[in-house]
Amino acid sequence: MAHGNEAAGHGNHDGPPKGLVRWLTTTNHKDIGTMYLVFSLAMFLIGGLMALAIRAELFQPGLQFVNPSFFNQLTTVHALVMVFGAVMPATVGLANWMIPLQIGAADMALPRMNLFSFWLLFFAFMLLISTFFVPGGAPAAGWTLYPPLVLQTGTAFPMAIFAIHMMGASSIMGAINVIVTIVNMRAPGMTLLKMPLFSWSWLITAYLLIAVMPVFAGGVTMLLTDYYFQTSFFNAAGGGDPVLFQHVFWFFGHPEVYIMILPAFGIISEIIPTFSRKPIFGYEAMVYAIASIAFLSFIVWAHHMFTVGMPLAGQLFFTLSTMLIAVPTGVKVFNWTTTMWRGSLSFEPPMLFALAFLFLFTIGGFSGLMLAIAPADFQYHDTYFVVAHFHYVLVPGAVFGIMAAVYYWLPKWTGHMYDMTLAKWHFWLTAIFVNVLFFPQHFLGLAGMQRRIPDYPTQFTDWNMVSSIGGFGFGLSQLLFVWVIIRCVKGGQRATAGVWDWPHGLEWTVPSPAPYHTFEKAPELH
Amino acid sequence: MEAPRRKSNRGLVARLVLMTAGSFAFGFALVPLYDVFCEVTGIGTRAELSRAATADASAPDVNRTVVVEFTASVPDNGSWEFAPVVASMEVHPGRLYEAHYTAHNLADRETTGQAVPSITPLRAARYFRKTECFCFTPQKFARDEQRELLVRFTVDRDLPPGIDRLTLSYAFYDVAHVAGGAG
Repeated sequence: MAHGNEAAGHGNHDGPPKGLVRWLTTTNHKDIGTMYLVFSLAMFLIGGLMALAIRAELFQPGLQFVNPSFFNQLTTVHALVMVFGAVMPATVGLANWMIPLQIGAADMALPRMNLFSFWLLFFAFMLLISTFFVPGGAPAAGWTLYPPLVLQTGTAFPMAIFAIHMMGASSIMGAINVIVTIVNMRAPGMTLLKMPLFSWSWLITAYLLIAVMPVFAGGVTMLLTDYYFQTSFFNAAGGGDPVLFQHVFWFFGHPEVYIMILPAFGIISEIIPTFSRKPIFGYEAMVYAIASIAFLSFIVWAHHMFTVGMPLAGQLFFTLSTMLIAVPTGVKVFNWTTTMWRGSLSFEPPMLFALAFLFLFTIGGFSGLMLAIAPADFQYHDTYFVVAHFHYVLVPGAVFGIMAAVYYWLPKWTGHMYDMTLAKWHFWLTAIFVNVLFFPQHFLGLAGMQRRIPDYPTQFTDWNMVSSIGGFGFGLSQLLFVWVIIRCVKGGQRATAGVWDWPHGLEWTVPSPAPYHTFEKAPELH
Repeated sequence: MEAPRRKSNRGLVARLVLMTAGSFAFGFALVPLYDVFCEVTGIGTRAELSRAATADASAPDVNRTVVVEFTASVPDNGSWEFAPVVASMEVHPGRLYEAHYTAHNLADRETTGQAVPSITPLRAARYFRKTECFCFTPQKFARDEQRELLVRFTVDRDLPPGIDRLTLSYAFYDVAHVAGGAG
């Protein structure tokens, strides 16, 4: 899709096989990266449709379009699809495409496992989405799957658990592949502390994945045995404790949110220097900041569950350790800003998305600090304030990071420049509507509107209408994104090897589009 | 790919797979760790709450009065009437008291109930001692059987000052379909 036979001219190897077979049998990192990215875009649109159904229902109080049970299925599957189907596979796709190019490797270290993990993910999502069509419908207990509620799921229960096992196995295999590639396949002279920050962020993300995905797999396995084999891990009647599940879940769940955002940090650290025409400020500090954030992510999980009851010492510990995360994150925001200081800035679409990331992710960070304060959290817990917070860090955070990456590397992938004007339109529509969509949810939450409800008291109507209008604006703007990408794949002005004014890094030394085989002979570094 | 790199890839993959297996095991290790953590710190004290304690023989502190409230709940998998006989008692720390709950099996079959206790405020839980309680063992009920269930307790004299009200709450589960008993 990204490149055809013209690649043959650049290398002395055969191009890919033609037709559908290519995509089923390829072990080429670029092809697999493309498949991950296309899959993730499809999931982004499907998850987006569910979000639009939710926003349509919430446009007015009362029940208009969906019944409450279906509404709960929508919120649950929307979250699972966006987290595991859209954001994570997009960053895996970027890793597949860019890590070998950034470190001067010929391919990923384990190409066949790479293909297997993609198809595993694909079928995991076919299985998960098919639960909408079984008796009882899709899982409806929220993406956190808390028992005992989740144990009331019907036929969908074992399907959803199995889908989670498959997507977990897929992510773990992807993570192993990234680590082996980075540790063993770097070009001679590419020491760890010379490695581009996107590759660095993925190395740390991969370790996080290996550490926590299996814990989640264990937790859902316990749900499965509680459901079918009368074990009592989470059943109080048998001596278990449902609160234990919350601990297991969030021990996974908190690092999981960093698994989604760290690759975006890496992307922003690539883009801001390029369009400021200056090297990144404080490269080593950036690496250590990512590592500290990853470490801290293991000791803050219970801030998601202040309201279940916790002794004062626990509340203090989790409040303070959570607020500590603001320090390395502050270092990152400071260094990005300082990179721009006295730089020669230009505002191409990747830079626009990176700048919006910087502002809007920081807003999400601030509301996170508010939620970290245990006594304040008692008021915010399970309200739209939480919804606003995590959408601010995930949409204008992780998703904007991914969009910035697509606009940054798309010419390298396709060999064509995309339509800058349309891309800027996409940016401005997206950036404006994302705020119209999520900012009012802060007000709704502070005023006491609960999350995960299809109906609400009438005093919340106005801001819900504004939010829904933002939602539809945001959703429709993404069609423009798809259009820009399709047009760029089909043709456009030829891209040079460097693409941008101030390219830095190995990926800009290979021609555009990147030939099917690159760095078969390790590049010389100087 | 040259042989040495292939070998070192294989070694690294083996180590990473081992790490993955370790994380999976850690997930399950969280189950006993959670109990140990609760016991050491006294949070929740689930196991302790369901275990018999010995009453201390020291004299009651008649200058101090604490209100003990009783509540009951029935999770939705059971079909019971379950309620305390009295809503609250005034007690002196260190003296042994008796309280009763009544349970009525409304299911048209014989069944087994298991009560799971909890004490609020949480930090008072370790000072509430039960010498005898229907919650220690599963309770068999014949069809339509109704009977009184006994709990004997003392409130420890070391109960921190400032706590003058405790709530003892029981959730009464139908455990006919649960393997094993309360731990």
